[in-house]
Amino acid sequence: MGAKVKIEVRNLRLSYEHKEVIHGISFDVYENEILAVIGPAQSGKTSLLRCINRTIDFIPNAFVSGSIKIDGEDVLKTKDVYSLRRKIGMVSPLPVGLPLSIYDNVAFAPRCAGVSNKNELDNVVENCLKRAALWDEVKDRLDSLGTKLSGGQQQRLTIARALSHSPDVLCLDEFSIAIDPVTTMKIEDMLKEIRSQMTIILVTNLVQQARRIADRTMFLWNGEIVEIDSNEVIFSERTKNKKTYEYVQGIFG
Amino acid sequence: MNDNPQNLFVETAFVRKKKRQETVAKSIFLAMSVAMIVPLLLIVGYLVVKAYPSLSLEFLLDIPRKGMTEGGIWPAFIGTIYLVALSLAVSAPIGVMAGIYLNEYAKDNWLNRVINLAVINLAGVPSIVHALFGLGAFVYAAKFGCSIISASLTLAIMTLPVIIASTREALASVPMNFREACWNVGATRWQTIRRIVLPNSIGGILTGVILQVSRSAGETAPIMFTGAVFYKAIERGDLFPYTLDGQCMALSMHLYTLATQVPNVSESIPFATAVVLLATVLLVNATAIVIRTLIRSKKKW
Repeated sequence: MGAKVKIEVRNLRLSYEHKEVIHGISFDVYENEILAVIGPAQSGKTSLLRCINRTIDFIPNAFVSGSIKIDGEDVLKTKDVYSLRRKIGMVSPLPVGLPLSIYDNVAFAPRCAGVSNKNELDNVVENCLKRAALWDEVKDRLDSLGTKLSGGQQQRLTIARALSHSPDVLCLDEFSIAIDPVTTMKIEDMLKEIRSQMTIILVTNLVQQARRIADRTMFLWNGEIVEIDSNEVIFSERTKNKKTYEYVQGIFG
Repeated sequence: MNDNPQNLFVETAFVRKKKRQETVAKSIFLAMSVAMIVPLLLIVGYLVVKAYPSLSLEFLLDIPRKGMTEGGIWPAFIGTIYLVALSLAVSAPIGVMAGIYLNEYAKDNWLNRVINLAVINLAGVPSIVHALFGLGAFVYAAKFGCSIISASLTLAIMTLPVIIASTREALASVPMNFREACWNVGATRWQTIRRIVLPNSIGGILTGVILQVSRSAGETAPIMFTGAVFYKAIERGDLFPYTLDGQCMALSMHLYTLATQVPNVSESIPFATAVVLLATVLLVNATAIVIRTLIRSKKKW
């Protein structure tokens, strides 16, 4: 690709108590690409995302070594985790509408960062809800509770919130497991649109989803990278590792 | 078991047996629930009937007269309010903040495990032991003397662990993924607590605090050792009769005095005192229930 490296992961190791779950992986994520991460359960996909935005800190007895550099700055050594987390949008598998109004849900992050200007907040809310393909459905009831929305709407609200602090990197962790196919397609279209503005890491259990929207795909298995390459290679018969081919084709195991 | 599809939903002996068991189980549990209400109704009914000749607004507002054999209970009533209000003013902020620390900030290390253990054990200490501690610590060591301050602080120490426990429970009822969602967008722990966790647990926290009112109002031992007296002469209906460094009367103590120490007291007066004490406590508990219902109806997820 020859594009600029946005995230540089080197020899990343993660262990819970004494059990190592990520065994020294190294890879790069390029600016403005969509990198899909696939792999069976327990392969360390979610843990990887937690390392990137340092929410791994909240898990007792988790020990991380190696380095993750975003724009050259090591996130594991940074003193200001709060600005780091604002640099990264994180979308969890299950939708989380905070028990606040729809407006406040999206305005939450800017407010925490100290923005209190009403116009500015209005702009952020409208802009993010539009980008998350939710604006048209909720623009007349921004005061109603975010938690009362349907599952698919809440997931788009979660995405709007993840965009509300204008992150450089967007991490999505199996965002589609709780929502219907139509909404999934809407969000996938949206992701393709916003990738010109940010770098996207998409953890997914749906191999086809990785194939549809990612530029490159990384196959993670038992805490090790089996293969990372462009989609043309991963989803073809030319994979370097036989396991990748078998997993992608659904004949793994 | 049954090969004929026509008879799939027919009652077999096995089904009848299950139904019988169901009925038996249900009636036992129902009987126990009813049995639980009976003593309460009996107590309240007995008290009210016995107290009826003395019950009046006058009884509440008047001071005891003729060596406590006549008159009312105002000094004891207002004394109890003093003690409860002051003890909660001390224990509620400390307990709630400690609860927030333990539930939201504390990591699982030895110090916090010790604190946890201390809280649990403190909650199990009998009130008479608290009374002795209060006597030693506040009356003698801190030189507050037998006073409202000593008694209130003793009650505060007694209620503190329960307030901590109920606060933690209320905080723990806020789902973890709300917190994670906040942390993910760069909120600090305090921002998360202030904007999400507290607004959604304040009802439970308040309920826990209010329920401690009834406990401190009813306790006799701790205040008997540290600041309550048999009799104190004050004006009828006076709202501010006591000073904090002085002693006061209290309902629970007054009831004990009337029942055991005063000769020739008319029978209805101790019962009326008990009714006032009970009514005050039930009123406060009812407030807690109303708050809880209000909060539940506004539950946001």
